[in-house]
Amino acid sequence: MYSDKVMDHFQNPRNVGTLKDADGVGKVGNPVCGDMMTFYIKVADNRLADVKFQTFGCGAAIAVSSMVSEMATGKTLEEAMRITNQSVADELGGLPKNKLHCSNLGADALHAAIEDYRAKADGRTAQAKPHEEGCACPYCDGTLEEEANVCRSCQIELGDCPHCGQVTNIHGEKCVHCGAKIEPD
Amino acid sequence: MRKAYLDHMAAAPLDPRVFQAMVPFLQNHFGNPQSLHSFGQEAQAAVEDARQSVARLIGASSEEVVFTASGSESNNFALKGLATANRDRGTHIVVSAVEHQSVLRAVKSLEKQGFRSTEVPVDASGRVDPDEVGRALAKDTCLVSVMTANSEVGTIEPVAEIAKTCRGRNVLFHTDAVAAAGHIPLDVKALGVDALSLAGDPMSGPKGSAALFIRKGVRIAPLIDGGIQEGGRRAGTENVAADVGFGRAAELALAEIDQRAARARELRDHLIDGLLSRVEHVVLTGHLTERLPHQASFCVRFIEGEGMLLSLDMKGVAVSSGSACTSKSLKASHVLLAMGLDHALAQGSVVFGLTSSTTRDDIDYVLDVFPPIIKRLRDMSPLYTQFLQEKA
Repeated sequence: MYSDKVMDHFQNPRNVGTLKDADGVGKVGNPVCGDMMTFYIKVADNRLADVKFQTFGCGAAIAVSSMVSEMATGKTLEEAMRITNQSVADELGGLPKNKLHCSNLGADALHAAIEDYRAKADGRTAQAKPHEEGCACPYCDGTLEEEANVCRSCQIELGDCPHCGQVTNIHGEKCVHCGAKIEPD
Repeated sequence: MRKAYLDHMAAAPLDPRVFQAMVPFLQNHFGNPQSLHSFGQEAQAAVEDARQSVARLIGASSEEVVFTASGSESNNFALKGLATANRDRGTHIVVSAVEHQSVLRAVKSLEKQGFRSTEVPVDASGRVDPDEVGRALAKDTCLVSVMTANSEVGTIEPVAEIAKTCRGRNVLFHTDAVAAAGHIPLDVKALGVDALSLAGDPMSGPKGSAALFIRKGVRIAPLIDGGIQEGGRRAGTENVAADVGFGRAAELALAEIDQRAARARELRDHLIDGLLSRVEHVVLTGHLTERLPHQASFCVRFIEGEGMLLSLDMKGVAVSSGSACTSKSLKASHVLLAMGLDHALAQGSVVFGLTSSTTRDDIDYVLDVFPPIIKRLRDMSPLYTQFLQEKA
């Protein structure tokens, strides 16, 4: 089910831990969706001098966090902000379709930590991050209440894709996650 | 590498004696039981013997047993077949919140045909209160379905009491006994059920073997129309080898049920006591005593099930989990949530199922390798770090 690279990062994750005097901390996810990640960064000369993470989640979530931490270490903040979920998944040799959302979380957590650092540097508080309370709408990233049928922010009617089981627009033609055709009821 | 298979709830090994019984019907005895010649009659006799053995396991008579191809089919057959054939009684169905998806989804499907349903809650141990079922019954309730035992948490439901409530109100009662049959004694007369699903594979029979008991005189509509097989209640050429294997597995289960249960219970309790005493913040899910003898399930705080499952697999230990991440649908087990567990705790689900070949050594091995896995995953969990900080 997982590539050798995913299993390696799951078994031997790089950069696990916390940083006591972190310059930035980013937290995403919640147990309702299945995964939580916290990233800690130390910044020196606009570069990520140290990246540590902690993850509550599946094998893919742990491997993604490890890979993100490895990809980000030594990069400038601008380069790190350009790490995408796709580049993380690619580096890992691919992820199962229903685990692609884990790679979103990994990149989001890193970016949230950078945002936190920048906000502190500017003397402001970081913007409220998505995924804090419920799962996020796959269309607008707005917070979804548990068992919600309609996203409050973008008003799209949501349901479970019969193919991959993830939340998608039930009136859409294709599942936003796996691309399966959605048959009207 | 050392292996310990402890995922009986997903699949059980085929008993070699069952395999032996099946072999002739996979090789030479290929006749169609509906054929009138000797080839067919030989096959028919074998199927009827098997039906007798399955009936005996649950105290039924053989004409009350219809062979199907899976526990899910039996449940679909029961729900859809009983509801549609008895629509004149009403269009309201009552089920428990912890039923198997093959019951819950069959009800959803019936709702599209004009039925409505009520889900009865369970307590923290996963038990249904028979009085709650009584309160859920309406004038137009035609059918109630509550499982005999839940494979995810091991809890045994008070089926006889629920059946009594239903009988008193003239409502049909079905029970999904797929996880229970062959592991705890079941008698359809003593239980007072109208229909009961059971399957061969959880009692070390072949996959693709299952049955539905339907009490004599109860109307049911077939799911599969066609020929006159199974008394016209399920068309399709009989799966002779599977039926024969199921029959043999039922026979062996009936003969050995007490000794198997006693053995399993001892090993299971060793696992439960061992894990709870070795690792902090682990919760046993399900009922303490009203529990399947071969099942032990836990929620491990601060970590997620798939990580445990993968790590145990690397040590040769096979288990299941009800966590969101291990399910294709990415949703935590509806059973654990119905029992009132919070999402984070439900994510830490791990389910052990003992087979007849499980040894004390296997359990000791698990107790050796599992605690370090839990520690490793906790050390990288932000929830555990938060817990330690709050404690300090």
